[in-house]
Amino acid sequence: MGISMSPVLSEGAVPVVAPSSGDGVFSLLWLVIALPALGAAVILVLGNRRTSAWAHLLGTATVAGSFLLSLVAFFALLGRDEGDRSVGQHLYTWFEAGRFTADIGFLLDPLSALFLLLITGVGGLIHVYSIGYMAHDERRARFFAYLNLFVAAMVMLVLSDNYLGLFLGWEGVGLASYLLIGFWQHKDSAAVAAKKAFVVNRVGDMGMVLAVSLIFATFGSVSFEGVSEVAAGASEATLAVIGLLLLLAACGKSAQVPLQSWLLDAMEGPTPVSALIHAATMVTAGVYLVVRSNFIFERTELGQGAVVIVGVVTLLFGAIIGCAKDDIKKVLAASTMSQIGYMMLAAGLGVAGYAFAIFHLLTHGFFKANMFLGAGSVMHAMDDDVDMRHYGALRKALPVTFLTFAMGYLAIIGFPGFSGFWSKDKIIESAFGENLWIGLAALAGAGITAFYMTRLMIMTFLAEKRWAPDVHPHEAPKVMTVPLMVLAALSVLGGLLLLGGWITDWLAPVVGVAEHHVLPLPAIAYTLIVTATVAVGIAVAWVFVMKRDIPREAPQEVSFVTRAARADLYGDAANEALLMRPGNTMVESLITFDDHGVDGVVDGTGSAAMGMSGTFRKVQTGYVRSYALSLLSGALLVVLALLAVNLV
Amino acid sequence: MSATPFLVLSAILFTIGCVGVLTRRNAIVVFMCVELMLNASNLALVTFSRVHGNLDGQVAAFFVMVVAAAEVVVGLAIIMTIFRTRRSASVDDASLLKY
Repeated sequence: MGISMSPVLSEGAVPVVAPSSGDGVFSLLWLVIALPALGAAVILVLGNRRTSAWAHLLGTATVAGSFLLSLVAFFALLGRDEGDRSVGQHLYTWFEAGRFTADIGFLLDPLSALFLLLITGVGGLIHVYSIGYMAHDERRARFFAYLNLFVAAMVMLVLSDNYLGLFLGWEGVGLASYLLIGFWQHKDSAAVAAKKAFVVNRVGDMGMVLAVSLIFATFGSVSFEGVSEVAAGASEATLAVIGLLLLLAACGKSAQVPLQSWLLDAMEGPTPVSALIHAATMVTAGVYLVVRSNFIFERTELGQGAVVIVGVVTLLFGAIIGCAKDDIKKVLAASTMSQIGYMMLAAGLGVAGYAFAIFHLLTHGFFKANMFLGAGSVMHAMDDDVDMRHYGALRKALPVTFLTFAMGYLAIIGFPGFSGFWSKDKIIESAFGENLWIGLAALAGAGITAFYMTRLMIMTFLAEKRWAPDVHPHEAPKVMTVPLMVLAALSVLGGLLLLGGWITDWLAPVVGVAEHHVLPLPAIAYTLIVTATVAVGIAVAWVFVMKRDIPREAPQEVSFVTRAARADLYGDAANEALLMRPGNTMVESLITFDDHGVDGVVDGTGSAAMGMSGTFRKVQTGYVRSYALSLLSGALLVVLALLAVNLV
Repeated sequence: MSATPFLVLSAILFTIGCVGVLTRRNAIVVFMCVELMLNASNLALVTFSRVHGNLDGQVAAFFVMVVAAAEVVVGLAIIMTIFRTRRSASVDDASLLKY
């Protein structure tokens, strides 16, 4: 067993990726990807009809198998020394071209191990839930194939040991999300939403392609190992550009401002897809990318600053949108945007925040999957109505959904003791440690989160009934409620990861050891401030939502802020005005130029030739004697010419 | 003996043939005028052969004769066919092949 012990890290040092070769259980890592990929392939090749009887079982079993493998690998990693928890496995060389080698290889370290557990674990629960949720859809087999593909691509993304393999998974995730968001493609809105997600993601992918190319041009390698070794040698400007490009890529996948617009529309997909996109896969990829590239971001203040700004803007952006939406899934989507903003913010804070970004990512994965699946259960009960104004008092009709959803709710607002409390508190504390204003923004975000989530709870489960007359809510079957219960338990207990600073110690070999910050106030003071802010948010929601009547139709006489938030803070309008319209104008002028300029020249040449030949063809009279005359004149001309030449 | 009278005769014959081709409508007459031009050029060739004292011109004249004979065969056949279909030997009547 080749062991290369990483040196014990000192405070503030950027760790170098130095994996030891994997054997034993680690040599089975490829199966974590291969199982779901195989599931997808089998179902897709055999087709929907032939597999519909057992595709859901196969799909769930493959992901469960991946989860078990990940669990075994995780514990094997846990049993190793702290300096030796990074295992590499070179599978094969994809292709070679000159100096450039693209290897398919895996890197299992504390960071990717946690992601593996989250993706396959939460992903597996979502698979189980989908068995019930999609039971009446005749294309369920196909749905499971796409889910499997999604999981496989995401695992590829986090397990790859180089940027190119990561990009492979990155694109796979984009494809799977496109297929799943547009799963009900017979609805125009779903088809459009899928296309939008795909196109917006392309913008981010452009950043990714450029970043990877620049990384190769600068460092001569695309593997994390190779880049992290020599990253210190590159110039500040190059690193900043790479950082910004990586951030652009992360913005696309993680739906951060300015590439946030696809996320809310992506709610057109079936609800388990939303849960999968928001909790286990897809949107977490951006955060993973930033944390994984810590050896680049640590060396560029500009890049880190940009990450922080994107995070802060998005966390407020999403929170404000969440306050005005009446569609339960869109509220949750906006809150995802906001929570990912927190993670970005933490990741931008550098070593002080990486571990907390991942911590929040994990707890968010639990409670957001829980709430999305809960929302699916509510929709299931309400005949696929998503408008919260038509809900109310569902706590009695759907007791299990209510209780599990409440756990997620308490976790996301940061109710003391619940998982979100620990993770969000740590991020806000680190934000205050960085800069007062960033801290205040994060704090405000927490208050707004408490407000809109309480609003959602009140409108859905509390207050009085506002159901349509023909709706008879009923609790979902066991296959749907059991995953809810598991996720609810995780939402409550997720905070245990922080016990004794476990997660920071665990991730230290990947992201480094934080310097000890001296905060202006003791940590407990921040916790109290955050909790107080959350309490204010809840109280405001109680006064403005619970104590008033909720009309079944959304009131139109509302303030400017509400109107803006309902229109997604004009994100789409901005895209339309800044990109779509100028694009259309440019295309139209190009068409005009093509029709009149280019075609004018071509057509002009053609018609000139036509006109001339029309004139000259009159020479062909058909009279032999006129031909003879022209022959004679030609001959005379030649003779005269010869004479002229000879005489001169 | 000077070559000039022969060349003058040759030129006169050629001109007559040329004018005939351009002005006459009857295909047979046109055809005969072509023959006249060929023979005018034969005369010039033979004259020059004599002047230069070698056989090049005479050889060329033989070639022209052979070509003329072949041409007569093909040409008369074409004229016959045209006459059969149109009941006319006028070259101006056969003017369908045009723009």
